[in-house]
Amino acid sequence: MIGQPGSWGRYPPARHSVVAVHDRGAPLRLEPDQRYLPYGNGRSYGDSCLNPEGALLVARGLDRYIAFDPEHGILRCEAGVLLSEIQELSVPRGWFLPVTPGTQQVTVGGAIANDVHGKNHHAAGTFGDHLRCFELLRSDGERRLCSRQHHADWFRATVGGLGLTGLICWAELQLRRIDGPDITGETLRFANLDEFFELSRQSDRSHEYTVAWIDCLARGAALGRGLFMRGGHSPGGSTRTPRAALLRMPFTPPLPLVNRFSLRLFNTLYYRLPRHARWRAHYRPFLYPLDGIANWNRMYGPRGFFQYQCVVPPAAATDAVRELLAQIAAHHSGSFLSVLKVFGERPAAGLLSFARPGATLALDFPNHGAPTLALLERLDRVVGAAGGAVYPAKDARMSGASFKAYFPAWQQFRDYVDPRFSSGFWRRVMEQE
Amino acid sequence: MNKILIIGATSAIAEATARRYAAQAAAFYLVGRRQPRLQAIAEDLRVRGAALAQFESLDLNALGQHAAMLDRAEQALGGLDLVLIAHGTLPDQQAIRDSVELSLQEFHTNALSVIALCTLLAPRLESRGGGALAVISSVAGDRGRASNTIYGSAKAAVSTYLSGLRQRLHGSGVLVLTIKPGLVDTPMTQSFKKGPLWAQPDDIARGIVRAVERRRSVVYLPSIWRLIMWVVRSIPEGIFVHLKF
Repeated sequence: MIGQPGSWGRYPPARHSVVAVHDRGAPLRLEPDQRYLPYGNGRSYGDSCLNPEGALLVARGLDRYIAFDPEHGILRCEAGVLLSEIQELSVPRGWFLPVTPGTQQVTVGGAIANDVHGKNHHAAGTFGDHLRCFELLRSDGERRLCSRQHHADWFRATVGGLGLTGLICWAELQLRRIDGPDITGETLRFANLDEFFELSRQSDRSHEYTVAWIDCLARGAALGRGLFMRGGHSPGGSTRTPRAALLRMPFTPPLPLVNRFSLRLFNTLYYRLPRHARWRAHYRPFLYPLDGIANWNRMYGPRGFFQYQCVVPPAAATDAVRELLAQIAAHHSGSFLSVLKVFGERPAAGLLSFARPGATLALDFPNHGAPTLALLERLDRVVGAAGGAVYPAKDARMSGASFKAYFPAWQQFRDYVDPRFSSGFWRRVMEQE
Repeated sequence: MNKILIIGATSAIAEATARRYAAQAAAFYLVGRRQPRLQAIAEDLRVRGAALAQFESLDLNALGQHAAMLDRAEQALGGLDLVLIAHGTLPDQQAIRDSVELSLQEFHTNALSVIALCTLLAPRLESRGGGALAVISSVAGDRGRASNTIYGSAKAAVSTYLSGLRQRLHGSGVLVLTIKPGLVDTPMTQSFKKGPLWAQPDDIARGIVRAVERRRSVVYLPSIWRLIMWVVRSIPEGIFVHLKF
C-alpha cells in the first residue's frame, strides 16, 4: 500500500509499521515485542483500526475468492475482499450480500470484526448472522476453523471482536437471492420524532430496507423532522448502472466545509425540496450514497472529524433521541447526513456486537477540539443513562467506563484477545477509566 | 484471447492480468514455483469466471523441463492464444554484488530462463500462425544503474532478445509484446519506500490487456515511463556516472 494507513475520520493521527499480508497460507512473521492489529480498508472512523506505534497487518492483499456455489449462494473468500467486489461478482449472478453497511468499501474481515449492520437490520440482523464460518489465525500460528458448531465461543468472540482475537484469513458467507439490481421504494417526509417512530413501526413490517435522514439542526416543534426512506429489491433489469464514484474530493480544504451556515442551508433545502415520493433506483445510490463521492472524508479538513453512532433501548428511545437531538441542535453542529433507524429484536451474533434492539442515531462532527469532545461526552451521558451503547467502529474518544457499561461482555471477551494483538481503541478503553 | 498460458503466475502483475481475462471467461494454464499459491490463484480465477484454471508448479530455472511443460499446457488448453511470461526476482544488489555465483543465478532466472522459454515458444506460435507472446521486462533494462546492475542487465537482455524475435516473426501473425513496467507496488517491492510514481498491479494489468488488444510492440506502463526513460537514456554517460538514483 502507498502512504501511511489511517482511519476514515482522519483522527487520531498515528504512525505504524506496516506488514502486508498477501498469502492466506503463509505463517505470520511477527517480531518480538511488537503488537499487531489486522487492517482492512481503513473505513473504521476512529482508532479501532489503528495501533499507534505498533504494527498493522494490512490484509487488503488477501483478496482472492475461494469458492462460489451459484445454486445455494454460498461464497468463500479471503478476508481482504471488499464488499463492493463481492457485489460486482454476485449481482449479475442473482445473489446479493444479505447485510451491508452504508459503504461497500469495507473488507469482509472488517465487516466481521465490527459485526456491521445495514438498513435492513430489522429484517436481516447483522453481517455475523449470515457468516457460516471463517479461519482465524492466531499469533502462535494456530489456525482455528470457527463456526456456530466448531469453536463456537471463538466465533462469538471474533464476530464484532474488533480484530483483536487474531487474523481472519478467509470466511464463508451466505448470500441472498435477488431478481435484479434495482431497489424500489418511497420517500416520506415526517415532521417530528413521533411520526418517525410510527413510520418505522409500519414500514419495518412491509419493507426490507428502512432508514431516515434527520435534520439535526431543527429545534422546538420541528425537532426530529426528516425524510423516511423505505424500499426493497425489485425484479427486472436495471434502469441504469451508475458509475462507481461520480465525484471526488481532490484535496483536503484548510477548513471544514461543514459549518453551521452550510449545514443549515443544506438541511433546510434537503427537507423542503420537492421530491418523488416513489422511486426505482440502482442499489448503489440507495444503499451507499456516500460512495458516490470518493474521499468525502477530506471535506472535514485537516483535523478530521468524529462520527458518533449510538443506540438507545426501545423503552427509552423517544426521550433519549429527543434529548440527543436537542443537545446537538443547541451546539449548531452535526452533519449533512444524519441517520436514524430502528434496529430489530434479533439477539446479537457476537459478544461485542453493537447492534441491539432500540433506535440508532449516527452523525458526523467536524473536529473542533475541546468543544466537540465536550458535546460528545454530554451525548454519552444521555446514552449511558438510557442504557444504550456507542459503536466502537466509529469511535475515537469514548471513556473506558462508558465502554465497559455499553459492552458488559467485555470481561468475557478479554480472554479471547490474542496476546500479541492490540489496537489504539483497545488500549484506550482498557487502560483508561 | 481465451487460451492463456501464464508463466510466473503468482507474480502480482500476472495475477491482476489473469483476473481481467477471467472475467471474459478465458481458460488458464498457470505455471509457477509455489504450489499452494498457484492453487489459491486458480480457485480465485474460477470463481471470477475462468472456463478452466489448471496449474503446475515448476522451477523455471530447470530449463530441461520447459518443453514438457509447454506440451502439457497446450494439451490442457487445446492450443495457445496468449503466453504471458511474468516470472522474475528482484535481487538486493548489495547482497549479490561480490558473488559471481549469486549474480549469475539471478541472471539465469531473469534472462536465460525467459530466453529459453521464448526459444521454444516461437516455433510453436509461428506454426499456429497467430497468438501473442507477452513478456514482462522492465524499465530497468533501458539503462544500467548501480542499484540494479544484474536485474537491469538481465531485463536488457530480454528486451533486446524480444526485439530480435519480433523482427523474425514479423509477418507470421504472432504478436511479440515487450512490457516495461515502472515502479509497481507488489510483494516483490515491499521493502521500497513508495512515492507518487508507484503504480498498482491492476494499473499495469489494464495496460497489458489493452496492449495485446491493440497489438502493440513495446509498452511502458504507466505510459509516463516512456518519457522518463527517454530522459534517462539521453543523459551522457559522463554525467550519468555521477548520479545517484
